[in-house]
Parts: sequence; structure tokens; C-alpha cells
Amino acid sequence: MSDNKIINWFKYASPQSFYPLAGKMIPWFWALAALFTIAGLWISFFVAPTDATQGEGYRIIFIHVPAAWMSMFLYCVMAAWAGIGLALNTRLSGMMAQAIAPTGAIMAFLSLWTGAFWGKPMWGTWWVWDARLTSELILFFLYIGFIALQAAIDDARRADKAGAILALVGAVNVPIIYWSVKWWNTLHQGASVAINKAPAMATTMLWGMLIMALAFWMYAIALVLTRVRAIILEREAHTEWVKELSEVKQ
Amino acid sequence: MNWGSPAEFFAMGGYGLYVWGSFGVCALLMIAEPIMASKRRKDILRSLRRERLAETLDNQQ
Repeated sequence: MSDNKIINWFKYASPQSFYPLAGKMIPWFWALAALFTIAGLWISFFVAPTDATQGEGYRIIFIHVPAAWMSMFLYCVMAAWAGIGLALNTRLSGMMAQAIAPTGAIMAFLSLWTGAFWGKPMWGTWWVWDARLTSELILFFLYIGFIALQAAIDDARRADKAGAILALVGAVNVPIIYWSVKWWNTLHQGASVAINKAPAMATTMLWGMLIMALAFWMYAIALVLTRVRAIILEREAHTEWVKELSEVKQ
Repeated sequence: MNWGSPAEFFAMGGYGLYVWGSFGVCALLMIAEPIMASKRRKDILRSLRRERLAETLDNQQ
């Protein structure tokens, strides 16, 4: 096996080579996000039938579940980048973790917000201190804590390390959220989709939700890449390669 | 098709407040966030350009 056929992944671990790569990928992910959003919203409102028990109110599921999934998934990705940064001391890892946190926080907020707007008509209350809701609220606070902690430390590399420890310790909360509906007797319904059983919903509803989830996914990727490019420029401001960028030279 | 008229669509079978309250805030945040992220990059680029200009002016003296 010749060496020149292997992609050198570590090459992209440097901010200098990742910056233009991210720039090239961003428009594609925005396009995919727009495409899936249009298709997803169309199914959500015009294809998916009225629910037998919840009427039209159930349509909140099409943003509630994707937002909740993304809030948990993004946390895992953020903690993974933070862990890689801690172990390998690569510069890009900390920047990625920092770029993911605000999007994760917004997803956690949206899952709580849409959950409240769904809970009010169906359960008769905006909020209950139930296991699923409380653990998701803790996830939101973990994101806020991560952002605040990093903002409070002036030295970027030290901020990365402190943030990484917080992110890794907080990761224990993600499985707690996921299995909370099983472990505790909660008001929140069980998993909508699980690997080991048939989905507990109609096919068109399921497709609407999955396509919306894809839309949220593409949105998050496009946004995180956009933000990481800003962070790279901020942190590498005094390096030669940033000074030589065409967008700086113009 | 689920809706007979636009009014029916906006009423959401009586769940209008909850459905639009959810989708509205979701849309608002998901539009605001990319604008803020690209503004962040524009801001740092502007300051980098200023620094560069300052350096070239310094060198001319």
C-alpha cells in the first residue's frame, strides 16, 4: 500500500487547512438544510394526517423531537471534541467544541420550549419536574455553563481544558435523558423511535419527523462550520497564514 | 390535504397558539443564529483588515 493513497486526516486537524475546507462545505450543507426543511415542513403540515387523539396539536412533534435529538447528539460531539483536545492537545478540537456549544444550547432550549407548548394543551401544564424534562433542563444548563466557563477564562487553551472537563463530566447526563422515560415513571411519553421495536407512529408522521431531523442535522453542521471559521480567525489572528488570506488582504 | 381554507390552516384545529408558538420561536432562533454567526466572522475579518492596513501604513513611514 503506497502512502500517497491514504488521506492524511491529521492534515485537517490544523486550523489552517480546515478553514478553507469548511468554507467549501458550508454552502452544500445550507442547500441540504433548505431542501430537507422544505420537504419536512410540507410533510409536517400537508401530508401527515390529523392525529386521532391529539388533533392538530401533535404537529409540534416535527420540531420537538429533532431539536431534542440534536441537543443530545451535539452534546456528545462537543464532549468528544473536548476529550480529543484534552488527550491529543490539537488546536482545532477546542475550537470545534466551542463552536458547537451555542447551537447545542439553542437546540436544548427549543426542545424545552416546544415541549412546554405541547405539554400545556395535552397535559394541562407548561412544566412538570419530571425526570425527562428536568434532565433536559440540566443539559441546557450544562451548555450554558460550558459557554460561561470558557468566556470567563482569558487564555484560550486554558479555557479549552477547563471546558473539556466540564463537558466530559456532564456527558453522564445524556444517557440519563435518553433512558429517563424508562427508568422513572414520568409524564413524558416513551421513545417515538427505537431500534428494537416498530415505531409508535404512522408512517407519514415518522417520515416527516425523520426528514425534519435531517434538516436540523444539516443546519447544525452548516452553522457549526460557519462559527468555527470565525473562531479560527479570532484565535489565529496573529499568525502569518491568516494575514495572507485573500479575504483579509482585500 | 388537511385544510379547507387558510383560516383553517392557521387555526390548527384550535391548537394555533401552541403549534405556531412552537414553530414561530423555532424559526426565529434558527434564522437569528446563522446571522449572528456570520456577523461574528465579518467582525473579525474587519478588524483583521484594519490591523493589516495599520501595519502597511506603519511600514510606509
